[in-house]
Amino acid sequence: MDFLRPVGWEDALAAKAEHPEAVPIAGGTDIMVEINFDQRRPRCLLDLNRVSELYEWSVGPESVALGASVPYAHVMAHLRTELPGLALASHTVASPQIRNRGGVGGNLGTASPAGDAHPALLAAGAEVEVESVRGSRRIPIDAFYTGVKRNALEADELIKTVHIQKADGPQQFSKVGTRNAMVIAVCAFGLALHPTTRTVRTGIGSAAPTPVRAKDAETFLTAVLDEGGFWESRQPLPPSAARQFAALAAGACDPIDDVRGTAGYRRHAVGVMARRQLAWTWERYRADDGRGTRRTAEGAA
Amino acid sequence: MRVNFTVNGREQSADDVWEGESLLYVLRERLGLPGSKNACEQGECGSCTVRLDGVPVCACLVAAGQVEGREVLTVEGLADHARRRESGARGPARTAAGPGDPATGDPPAGAPWADDSPAGDGGALSPVQRAFLDAGAVQCGFCTPGLLVAADEMLERNPSPTDADIREALSGNLCRCTGYEKILDAVRLAAARQERGRAAPHTTGTTREGADGPGGPDAPGGLDATGGPDGPDRPNGFDGPREGGR
Repeated sequence: MDFLRPVGWEDALAAKAEHPEAVPIAGGTDIMVEINFDQRRPRCLLDLNRVSELYEWSVGPESVALGASVPYAHVMAHLRTELPGLALASHTVASPQIRNRGGVGGNLGTASPAGDAHPALLAAGAEVEVESVRGSRRIPIDAFYTGVKRNALEADELIKTVHIQKADGPQQFSKVGTRNAMVIAVCAFGLALHPTTRTVRTGIGSAAPTPVRAKDAETFLTAVLDEGGFWESRQPLPPSAARQFAALAAGACDPIDDVRGTAGYRRHAVGVMARRQLAWTWERYRADDGRGTRRTAEGAA
Repeated sequence: MRVNFTVNGREQSADDVWEGESLLYVLRERLGLPGSKNACEQGECGSCTVRLDGVPVCACLVAAGQVEGREVLTVEGLADHARRRESGARGPARTAAGPGDPATGDPPAGAPWADDSPAGDGGALSPVQRAFLDAGAVQCGFCTPGLLVAADEMLERNPSPTDADIREALSGNLCRCTGYEKILDAVRLAAARQERGRAAPHTTGTTREGADGPGGPDAPGGLDATGGPDGPDRPNGFDGPREGGR
């Protein structure tokens, strides 16, 4: 096995071009498990710990540019205001030790349907900036997940930055598991209200071959909010609308039975989470003064 | 490959390291530091918790090559780390306690981390290690090193943790013996002692009374010599060591 240690982004791209079979390792929280259990013997590891560019983030006017290796602990601590959904999701990742090492780039690289960041990214809206020696491109988050643990990366590409829309309204994330820490999601759901564009977006985790949006639920709720003038009136939503939103969210699932839960349970739980998150976010929107975002500090898992 | 890094303040190098090897394996099998425990090897249990450049991580999930040139703190270095931290926090008054023995690295007599506890092995203990012993937070002991490193780091960052803070900070460290209550007690005890030590820094530092008060947890005599907490030392909900409890 080779162990490549590029000291900067250009070096890393060159190394990946030369060794397209090299497996990137940053936090190591996925790949080291596979190596420890002898489930995988990569011919080459590409250590990204020395690529300082990947640990930087910046807040722009509309989006946050989040370096692929920025640990979840930093997202929780520093980006709660701009990325409340992702901050909540980050807080549910494993344990403090794991959150100190793992980052969103690794979640995307592994592309497990159970990755905690995915529902929040789908709900907020994001683009994944990937690069190779051939050049750079931005992949919309909706097009990034291509199958179970598969993504849209080419063999010579590395994930550099995730550009995530800054919250313009309340966001929520929750996941179902047997306890509060050290849990791989049985299923997860994220919801973001976007008052600026009068839209809502969702994300479902662990209840389909890939992370997915509940598009029918989004379309339904967007229409209800629009036609009822709810964005302006900030009136309570009719319970029937919440029920229908929940049913459509459950319907967007394509789950399997496995050790963590049955398909039926997952469908049901996603519906429950969708209904509750709609209530939480809408209450927050109603309580806001019309400027949209407010710190969302609680309500995870 | 060869890996050079700093462990507990000392530069070390390990040879013939396999590229897929974990930091945990290097520490235990190549550097003779078996304090960090090998249990789940998948980042679930926290018994291999060490600090990498100050940050608590699972050593089983760090590839050996990733630590090149970096600093690692293991449970073996915890007492020394706590000593250096305290001398920094308390300033020159601490040196009045005496420099200890530079040859052996033994702490000065009377320092709160000096271990004269019958429960100890005679080596130096950090305050959090002492608190774990005093509170009966150690049963089989397998999870203890990881808990100590995690708890010590939290107390460094957050000297007055709430119960929720403690639970969260230790949420990545699983224990199958204690039911966690004694562990929470121990961390509360360490926090209370740390807070009291800093609120009233002793200027002479030559006696245990200076740190804990006469008849305090470190007063000599029977079980209490291990620091069984008395009234003011008792954190919320702590009912002291029980006979046969450890």
